[in-house]
Amino acid sequence: MSVAVENIPGQYEVMDSALESQMTLSMGPQHPSTHGVLRLDLRLDGELVIKAIPDIGYLHTGMEKLFEYRKYQQGIVITDRMDYLNPLGNNLAYVMAAEKLLGLEIPERAQVIRVLMCELQRIASHMVWLGTSCLDMGAMTPFWFTFKEREKILNLIESASGGRMTPSYFRIGGLMMDLPAGFDNRVKQFLADFPDALKTFDTLVTGNTIWQSRTKNIGIISREDAISWGLTGPSLRGSGVDLDLRRDDPYSGYETYDFEVPTEPDGDVWSRFKVRMRELTESYKIVRQALERLKPGPIKADAPKVVLPDRDDMRKHMDSLIHHFLIVAEGFNVPEGEVYHAIEASKGELGVYMKSNGGPKPERVHFRGPSFVNLSALPVMAEGEMIADVVAVIGSLDIVLGEIDR
Amino acid sequence: MDRRVVEGSVGKFVMSTLLDFVEKIREKNGEWVSAVAEAHGEVTVTVPRDAVIDICEFLRDSQGFDMLADLCGADRGPEEDPRFEVNYHLFGTVHHKRLRLKVLLSDDDPSVESATTVWRTAEWHERETYDLLGIKFTGHPDLRRILLPSDFDGHALRKDYPLRGYEPYSMN
Repeated sequence: MSVAVENIPGQYEVMDSALESQMTLSMGPQHPSTHGVLRLDLRLDGELVIKAIPDIGYLHTGMEKLFEYRKYQQGIVITDRMDYLNPLGNNLAYVMAAEKLLGLEIPERAQVIRVLMCELQRIASHMVWLGTSCLDMGAMTPFWFTFKEREKILNLIESASGGRMTPSYFRIGGLMMDLPAGFDNRVKQFLADFPDALKTFDTLVTGNTIWQSRTKNIGIISREDAISWGLTGPSLRGSGVDLDLRRDDPYSGYETYDFEVPTEPDGDVWSRFKVRMRELTESYKIVRQALERLKPGPIKADAPKVVLPDRDDMRKHMDSLIHHFLIVAEGFNVPEGEVYHAIEASKGELGVYMKSNGGPKPERVHFRGPSFVNLSALPVMAEGEMIADVVAVIGSLDIVLGEIDR
Repeated sequence: MDRRVVEGSVGKFVMSTLLDFVEKIREKNGEWVSAVAEAHGEVTVTVPRDAVIDICEFLRDSQGFDMLADLCGADRGPEEDPRFEVNYHLFGTVHHKRLRLKVLLSDDDPSVESATTVWRTAEWHERETYDLLGIKFTGHPDLRRILLPSDFDGHALRKDYPLRGYEPYSMN
């Protein structure tokens, strides 16, 4: 298009030639491969990315403010909406922070069910990651296969909690309710089919030479940079740092499960891809072990002033009815104090800083989201790469904007 | 007391309980520790505002706290003095211990030196704290709002900021 230079209004940058000067490209917020509403300010020299500046906040809903105006048990519902691919992980981090303040002992069966559900959720989350990151790079087929597996897990979660994307299954002091009858057989059915699905993904994606050439030596972040930028989870392990909070800072009895922590040394997209693929097998192993440990027992802590009583108890015992009324109408008081509890969510360290002033509502709840921190390191990985590789790097970080913007 | 030597990228050092780290800070400089609180298996060290970056560097370089897991601010309420606090959640990728540093800030001058020179990850955490609480981080390379629009009025996580805001916000 030929426009006389003097006709261009002053505020626009006039380019002499496309090759000699830099161009600014706004990628997103509606771009499909930005996984939501991420906007990237890309300074380009031809196809080369000189500078990448992430711009976030399009999905900000003030959740941390909202926590301060809701009772502790009402906050669980809000956490579902943060990382919507890993809602059970969010539930777990939140309720465990509150349990730490309250000093609650969680019974064995509830712990096992929490581990079981969280690992199923991790597989589901990785399925979305695998499908969409392939889709970003032009491979459409794996998406259908991964979403088939995810659908099975969402059905399992739905049967236990009633919700597919927003389960709110974990409660402060235990679980919302016990697993439905026949749940273990349904999980066994899923587990029986899953190794075949993993083989399919390997055939479709891992062994694909186009996939390998698109991911190897792309978006490299060194071990030192990864730690300084606070990367966690598979993104950190892809840079060769052997760190997994399930093993190194264990919670919910993870230290008693037998699993490995996969790491890859190179720090490129391919390394992060391989770490996540190997994690699927480890999660599968943990789910199998958790199923074996599923023994009958209580699913709620013995704390009548905090945990809602069973319906049956309420019909028989006056004090259960009173407790129920008080918890629902007024909430329960949490002792004064502050805690930081971190879990290994599907994307990395999900930390909750919770501060209580002794009342039924928290004084401050802060979420340290893995996607938020991992995305902040995007410029390190994307600068110096081609524009098409930026898409690959975003895919390899596995970000969810719901949790970044909160 | 659990003491064993751990080899790792950070170097060889003695793994010790959390309170030993506090003693190490005290040994380095007696004025660096204003208060220590231990609760729920966590240790909180309140440190003077001017020394926090030196303490962070000391803990990173010689005590193995090579990662800043989280940095967040909190508002205690407009009637409190000091009103604001900034919490640094330190984590060691080799010894897997956590330590919380706390800096207290008054309402008149809510500013503290930026930790971006110690950990790059502090960049976004500090922008978020500035955006939502109005705490300024001196020396930050790019202290802009991060979650809210640049023309947003006020700091939403302050206790005196109403839940629904002052007026309906419009993008125009």
